[in-house]
Amino acid sequence: MTFRARHLLGIEQLSPLEITTILDLADRYVDLNRRTVKSSDVLAGMTQINMFFENSTRTQASFELAGKRLGADVMNMSVAQSSVKKGETLIDTAMTLNAMHPDLLVVRHGASGAVNLLASKVNCAVLNAGDGRHEHPTQALLDALTIRRAKGRIQRLTVAICGDIAHSRVARSNLILLGKMENRIRLIAPPTLMPAGVQEFGCELYDDMKKGLEGADVVMMLRLQKERMDGGFIPSEREYYHRYGLDAEKLAFAKPDAIVMHPGPMNRGVEIDGEIADDINRSVIQEQVEMGVAIRMACMDLLARNLRAERGRALAGNLA
Amino acid sequence: MTTLHLTNAQVIDPEGGTVTLGSVTLTKGVIAAMGGAKPKGATEIDCAGHYLAPGIVDIGVKVGEPGERHKESFRSAGLAAAAGGVTTIIARPDTTPAIDTPETLEFVTRRAAEASPVRIRHMAALTKGREGREMTEIGFLLDAGAVAFTDAFAVTTDTKALSRALTYARSLGALVIGHPQEPGLSAGAATTSGKFASLRGLPAVSPIAERMGLDRDLALVEMTGARYHADQITTRHALPALERAKAQGLDVTAGTSIHHLTLNEIDVGDYRTFFKFTPPLRSEEDRLAMVEAVANGLIDTISSMHTPADEESKRLPFEEAASGAVALETFLPAAMRLFHAGHIDLPHIFRAMSLNPARRLNLPQGRMALGAPADLILFDPHAPFVMDRFTLRSKSKNTPFDGQRMEGKVLATFVAGTQVFKA
Repeated sequence: MTFRARHLLGIEQLSPLEITTILDLADRYVDLNRRTVKSSDVLAGMTQINMFFENSTRTQASFELAGKRLGADVMNMSVAQSSVKKGETLIDTAMTLNAMHPDLLVVRHGASGAVNLLASKVNCAVLNAGDGRHEHPTQALLDALTIRRAKGRIQRLTVAICGDIAHSRVARSNLILLGKMENRIRLIAPPTLMPAGVQEFGCELYDDMKKGLEGADVVMMLRLQKERMDGGFIPSEREYYHRYGLDAEKLAFAKPDAIVMHPGPMNRGVEIDGEIADDINRSVIQEQVEMGVAIRMACMDLLARNLRAERGRALAGNLA
Repeated sequence: MTTLHLTNAQVIDPEGGTVTLGSVTLTKGVIAAMGGAKPKGATEIDCAGHYLAPGIVDIGVKVGEPGERHKESFRSAGLAAAAGGVTTIIARPDTTPAIDTPETLEFVTRRAAEASPVRIRHMAALTKGREGREMTEIGFLLDAGAVAFTDAFAVTTDTKALSRALTYARSLGALVIGHPQEPGLSAGAATTSGKFASLRGLPAVSPIAERMGLDRDLALVEMTGARYHADQITTRHALPALERAKAQGLDVTAGTSIHHLTLNEIDVGDYRTFFKFTPPLRSEEDRLAMVEAVANGLIDTISSMHTPADEESKRLPFEEAASGAVALETFLPAAMRLFHAGHIDLPHIFRAMSLNPARRLNLPQGRMALGAPADLILFDPHAPFVMDRFTLRSKSKNTPFDGQRMEGKVLATFVAGTQVFKA
């Protein structure tokens, strides 16, 4: 078992072995979560603060539940409508919270790199719950767990990621993770939503969805954010759905047993056809949500172990 | 005024492109003799074989007066410049308020003369409030001592207003300094588009936006016949247009910044905001192309683009953080990296840092010749040190070179024949 990280800021900093460690532990938490009595005392006595500078329902609920099932004292701060509006800087907010001695800080922020900045200023473990267009590591990990459980492995698969790649932190974390685990990655998007230089990451780029889906084991759809439609990235919702919306006709180009994923929340009829999203033989979208809680429990458990070990060493050092 | 006799110096002549061991005599504010014997009553300074060059003329230094004196005052900027070998600061007008009236210009000129040990000359805004709509009183501002006209980083989309300002400036022979950039493309950008920006998830601008801005400006120069200088050329995509304009005989010159010659986009690393610049740092390919363009003279000048920023404005997420770096004191050691790497020799470096900027602004500085102003620096290009930003004389400490090993130290600075700095 290998996991040395102090914070979970992104997939970029994790080794394949660390990723496997998280997935293995999360598998055990999936079992725990399916029992009637779901509580554990792994984080008993520890304080977890969820600090969301951007609105979120699903991710915040998932982190909250994960913390509570592990026995932590969980506090939610919706910073989106508080002191930040009064002009307090990110660092000041972080320092204020730090003074209250949290052990785990879960942070979502609208600016890329904001969580890294914050992590450098506090002395607890920081989990990135999404920063700008940069990374969303727990999403990529829960996607990996979902794939591993559905396909039996997380190597040598052909994974197609479709939609608004340019503005998606989910896509970024996923393509780093899937690359580290040695999968074949295809990115499918209109050229306006494809980030520059991404071919150098070792993925294949497609603007034709049918070609991109050919022979895929996994089809990962991304959410098209409403504001992108006003930004002139695509001509209209209906043309987008026609060319890049996942329907039965396009899905037929993927392998017959290909699974369909979506990080949620879905825009039915924009990027995904409602019937496919609900098809229990193809769609693993509900499993993704379930895996999310388990992954977050695993990540917090591992970070808490490292935190305890570090504090123990510091204490021993003081005594010596 | 005492006469100074500097002996045993490697004298750099940027015009002749030579370095010769000899002596220089400074009297009454000018270079009175070169290679002569010590005149009677002169104070002798033994340069111990170190290098003597014309002081740096730095186009585009931001001083915080008026409006942001907590970031940099004329005093702190002047002391930093003296220690960094900059003997003439050409200050930017992007202050609060902008330097766009003769009254404001007279005020800052007086303040600068009182406070600074080195020369400070001012550029004035090209348009009122740097808003790109109405031209400033270019004639009055010239009379009040403006050396050039620029809206600094503000790029107007009103091409008609710009063409009028250029036409009017031409009639007075005023130099207009542009910031080549297509503002529609660069709005909100914090990095150069490419693999690194995509990996970091930062909003980015294509380097082509600089070429588009330059293309537009050069077309207007062709149309109006104005004297034009591009403040910073930073990508190889802009070079062919510059080369064509010069071959065509347009009155065009271009500069680049020392940061774009010595750093690249990867240096941003883990969202280090001290590496955020306008325009953003470019690819290594672009950096090398800029070094080459300075070496072959296509790019005429190197500037520090000194931009003080306080801690608060840098301790923010990368997208929200302020752009720019203080650079008066790191300019010379950073430039020495180009020398030590074997890219550009010393006379050429001082051509780009001293001679060409002075020439372009019609100033007598920048030359190592009889009768030239005695604005000289004595430096050791090999002296090693580790940069500690808290030792800087600038009020702001935002340097990307913090903690880096550098070579090149200014030992003495002379302005108008008087020593203003001694290491």
